[in-house]
Amino acid sequence: MHIVVCLKQVPESQNVRIDPKTNTLIRQGVASVLNPFDYFALEAALTIKDERLDTKVTAITMGPPQAKEVLMDALSRGADDAILISHRAFAGADTWATSFTLAAAIRRLEPVDLIVCGKQAIDGDTAQVGPELATILNRPYATYVKSFEFVDDSHLKITRQTDEGVAVWRLPLPALVTVLKDVGEPRPRSYRATLRARRYEIPVWGPEELGVDEDSVGLKGSYTQVVRIFSPERKKDRIMLRGSVEEMVDELYYWLKEQRVPGL
Amino acid sequence: MKPLVDKELCVACGECIDACPVGAISVGDECAEISDECTLCGMCVDACQYGAISMPDVGTGADEDLSRYKGVWVFVEWRHGTVHRVSYELLTVGRKLAEKKGTDLCAVIQGHKLDGVEKDLFRYGAKTVYVVDHPSLAHFTDEIYGNVLVELVRRYRPEILLAGGTSTGRSFIPRVAAMLQTGLTADCTELDINDEGLLLQTRPAFGGNIMASILCPYRRPQIATVRPKVLRAEPLDMPVDGQVVRPDLPEACFVSRVEVLEEQVLEGPGANIAEADVVVSGGRGLQRKENFAMLEELASLLNGAVGASRGAVEAGLADPSQQVGQTGRTVAPALYMAVGISGAVQHVVGMQGSRVIVAVNRDPEAPIFDVCHFGVVADLFEFVPAFIRKIRKERGEEV
Repeated sequence: MHIVVCLKQVPESQNVRIDPKTNTLIRQGVASVLNPFDYFALEAALTIKDERLDTKVTAITMGPPQAKEVLMDALSRGADDAILISHRAFAGADTWATSFTLAAAIRRLEPVDLIVCGKQAIDGDTAQVGPELATILNRPYATYVKSFEFVDDSHLKITRQTDEGVAVWRLPLPALVTVLKDVGEPRPRSYRATLRARRYEIPVWGPEELGVDEDSVGLKGSYTQVVRIFSPERKKDRIMLRGSVEEMVDELYYWLKEQRVPGL
Repeated sequence: MKPLVDKELCVACGECIDACPVGAISVGDECAEISDECTLCGMCVDACQYGAISMPDVGTGADEDLSRYKGVWVFVEWRHGTVHRVSYELLTVGRKLAEKKGTDLCAVIQGHKLDGVEKDLFRYGAKTVYVVDHPSLAHFTDEIYGNVLVELVRRYRPEILLAGGTSTGRSFIPRVAAMLQTGLTADCTELDINDEGLLLQTRPAFGGNIMASILCPYRRPQIATVRPKVLRAEPLDMPVDGQVVRPDLPEACFVSRVEVLEEQVLEGPGANIAEADVVVSGGRGLQRKENFAMLEELASLLNGAVGASRGAVEAGLADPSQQVGQTGRTVAPALYMAVGISGAVQHVVGMQGSRVIVAVNRDPEAPIFDVCHFGVVADLFEFVPAFIRKIRKERGEEV
């Protein structure tokens, strides 16, 4: 069994701000980390490897050269192989162009039985790349997967979270899943794997290796265009209540009545 | 998507069978046929000496006349016998976009046993309601829901397509966008038409620290999703005199590789927080699980539900079904009370759409006070019981 895990390096989102003068993102001093949801994607793949010894786990990421760090992390936790998809031409990709590029990489890694992604990345929060990638590769997929088990060698039984509850599906392989944290607590780095990771030369694939035209990836290959970024408006009409607890209780009650809050 | 086989050029020689690494090609009597195993690797394109196989177009600019696309469509979500509220919210914003563009608002609904559903959609201004009623749509699958919507878009060419940012919309709309090879903007908080007549889509990124405005200039339709309760639903005084269209779709649309075995509706204390008009949420400040009882009491007085911050859930004070925030649920009730919650960005993105936000926290520097409408700097263990007593007293109940 060959499993590909898609990872993304993201800035720690809490600290990203906009420079009011230049209106651009201030990324300086903001640490880059593995997207927290992707730890669960990796864990899901490694869990399968624990049970099915013939399993190979390949971690891939698209990003700048330093995105190699998240691949090193994945190798140190037990991934067998890692590929860095990195080239200037990939920059500025929207979800379509990202999915298109990842799809090209996965085709070079075939046969791939299962692709695992985190439910979404915390920088963009779109949750689009998993389903778009599966669609481009013409594979069935399931999003928001809480748990999974093998029915036989070519079928998974998955439980996915819905707004109202859960749905249980039978999913034929090859397929793609995006997973929730319910799939398992991410394992720590292992000593042996970390030693191996240090010696591991991570291949870097660009448009040439992927066999894609530079115009079809990155910003040029994107269908959506960011035309403006700005800071969200802060609430200016805030009222801080004053006085004793009893006074604040009375005042809050008054304001909520005034605001016609239901239930009061 | 699959490579295209030109039946005129193909001589059924079978060269491509050997070239295909995944065994997806077979040759019938007249020409090569490519199965769903295809991964679009393109090996067959190179292998065919007759030039009969080509790849579908990807990643390039406009290749067709965009003006052929007209109208604003809303994908209406059907949930266990009712229309999901987000669909009315989308029809309301869709109506305004359609007016601004001087075009029509249309609704698409998929499901099973949908008789009479159009009446409600006419009340929100849909001039045409496309109804696809089929047994295989009784349960959601990305494949069939996606196939049907793609087929309808290809047939009727809407310029704009809106869908709810629900677990359904967020799952299958990316499939629709990828199949149509067009752009998609998720979880928009604002939609407008810009000077060039394009859909201006504004959404938060980086956990709500940044807003981005996004266009999809060269592809159609322009697709956006919006989370429930972010926008307001406003029915018309008089329903429009609309029409129902029941398109006849090829049976191939209704085939899924996925099999639905079971669907369960969630039980648990947080089951209804996304729908409640009042949500009272507790954070780590509650300290002990038992202390949530006081929030339960307040919530039940206000006919609301109890939510929790991630911190409270991780500390075991509340059930995961109650979690509000980036990793939990998004709520936008009429009243949101954050009690003992510091207000980390990851929590704020899940509740900032609420109409009235009240924050109760001992720490005057807590970031929750940046997003609240009414701030109470107090010990929650004094304030909440006092507030409960006040409500009971106003109602003339014994305290």
